[in-house]
Amino acid sequence: MQLTNIPDQQIDTATILDSAKGRGGRIFRVLTSNPKIAFGLGVVALFVLVALAAPLLTPYNPDASVVRGSLPPSSAHILGTTGLGQDMFAQIVYGARVSLVIGFCAAIGSTMLQIFFGLTSAYLGGIVDDVLSLIINVFLVLPGLPLAIVLASLASNADSANKNEFVIALVLLFTSWSYGARVLRAQTLSLKEREFVAAARATGETTLRIIFTEILPNEIALVASTFIGTFVYAVGAEVALEFLGLGDTSHASWGVILYWAQNNTALISGKWWQFVPAGLCVAVLCAGLAFINFGIDELANPRLRVERPQRRRALSGKKKAVAR
Amino acid sequence: MRYLLRRAGFYLVALWAAVTFTFILPRLMPGNPALAYLAKIHAQNVTTAQYNAMLQEFGVNPNVPIWKQYFDYLSALLHGQLGLSISQFPSSVSSILSQSLPWTIGLVGVAVILSFLIGTLIGMLVAWKRGSWYDTAFPPILTFFSAVPYFWMALALIYVFGVNLNWFPTDSGYDVFNVTPGWNSDFILSVAQHAILPVLTLVIGSLAGWVLTMRNTMITTLSEDYVLMAQAKGLPERRVMVNYAARNAILPSITSFSISLGLVVSGSLLTEIVFNYPGIGFALYNAVQGDDYPLVEGCFLVIAIAVLSANFLSELVYTFLDPRVRQGRS
Repeated sequence: MQLTNIPDQQIDTATILDSAKGRGGRIFRVLTSNPKIAFGLGVVALFVLVALAAPLLTPYNPDASVVRGSLPPSSAHILGTTGLGQDMFAQIVYGARVSLVIGFCAAIGSTMLQIFFGLTSAYLGGIVDDVLSLIINVFLVLPGLPLAIVLASLASNADSANKNEFVIALVLLFTSWSYGARVLRAQTLSLKEREFVAAARATGETTLRIIFTEILPNEIALVASTFIGTFVYAVGAEVALEFLGLGDTSHASWGVILYWAQNNTALISGKWWQFVPAGLCVAVLCAGLAFINFGIDELANPRLRVERPQRRRALSGKKKAVAR
Repeated sequence: MRYLLRRAGFYLVALWAAVTFTFILPRLMPGNPALAYLAKIHAQNVTTAQYNAMLQEFGVNPNVPIWKQYFDYLSALLHGQLGLSISQFPSSVSSILSQSLPWTIGLVGVAVILSFLIGTLIGMLVAWKRGSWYDTAFPPILTFFSAVPYFWMALALIYVFGVNLNWFPTDSGYDVFNVTPGWNSDFILSVAQHAILPVLTLVIGSLAGWVLTMRNTMITTLSEDYVLMAQAKGLPERRVMVNYAARNAILPSITSFSISLGLVVSGSLLTEIVFNYPGIGFALYNAVQGDDYPLVEGCFLVIAIAVLSANFLSELVYTFLDPRVRQGRS
């Protein structure tokens, strides 16, 4: 449903790590040297902190009615209250926990599936590859969100106790893994031809060991990037499913806030505070995540970086010297 | 030709997978549509014979072996029968879907074409003026817009343009009270007026993808020698930009068409719900609200078929445009 911006081209982990010179905290330096990555990480860190510190930030219980009816923002309730008189700021802050945890769990599970499908199909090749990549491609062309809606509604029809965060995370996991699997498969196909893999094979390492300790670490930047892309999808789709009333509507989360805002026709009656904050939070969080991926993309593909004429001249001069 | 046949074969497999999903999934879950329907109409005093007849009607009779159910299901699908809707009981799923499909196709079609044209154009200009203020401003702003959930963008547009400014209608696909559907100018005008905000929602949401794909590939083609050559020949700037750089950069945009189409279709489902637009998404929403299994599955199947055929079409276009694919050399 949203731009997931998983890069199409390959990302060479070694080059990215080499781009940060000097010893000590190399990964940290890589992450903070690119302004886009630094900005994105900052945004995500802010949301994580807010979610963790929720009880410190607001005295209200997000699910308890504290006043009568919906009030516009005031000094006591800085984002106003919902139709049931719940404090909106408390709902947003506690709701961040739900969105982050569901998105994170779905993305972790999905990334594991991606690694399994992408790496094994590419490394083993032959009939295994034919079958696995057929599965990957079928899932790739089937529309994800409609499938997620069908799954979630079937699960909640079967048993209304299934209307919970765990089911939503499972549904998202199941519908989000295919694109990343294809990207990882493409890179593994080229990595498995390299000498270090041949050397590992020659020394008699097991297939499992080659895949997971030789090839996987060399793709870690790409794995990180597909993880973030999946995270963006999961957060957006989770909010969408809850907005449709497929989640647990009795507990505050960003999607549930919007579900109640829509059901109580907050829009027509001009109660902007009931739907503006939740939507903005989703947008800012997803944009922050997307920025991290743009940054990784820039590190991997130097052509996309903002040109700095002086440095470029120096570099091309160096190249000429080497050529001579 | 062989290539196209292979792709067609793949799409048939994908279609079969979608159909099989909709067969297996409801049967994996506890409960069955007959029970759901009885719960829905608060039926009491249902005899065993009536209950069994309903199981038969919904195609989930446990006495029929599962493979026979599967083949009955497939043959019913091939005859265009998707069963009966539970929430709008006597009407069949296929009649509900055939009423809503044109709305969705129109909405998504217009939105995809518009956002492809506008996005590619902006991407081209931004890449051409590399490092200018709008190259630094556009991509981050568009990223932010693309991260906004579609339905929330729809809500915001309704709030600003519908409720506060009262410029556009915000509800339904046409003016239900004052015009009669048909080929008359009033109806067409009303449909266009009602489509403005939904289309705008989808275009804003999907624009960033096109801009960024185009910008990134265009930057790569701009450093090619033939672009330098064209500039050296003294060709007008516009010609170099459009006929030399952009023309060669547009191919990846067409490849990413399939993925972006899936995203726009998903977005359109949510947008329709917010606007009460009478398309597939709205039907799906009502089906979900009314615990209507057959309609939910029917909606999913129609969406899957539409997306698969659009993907196949875009591959046909791609094969036509890129001779390397045609000759199997890619």
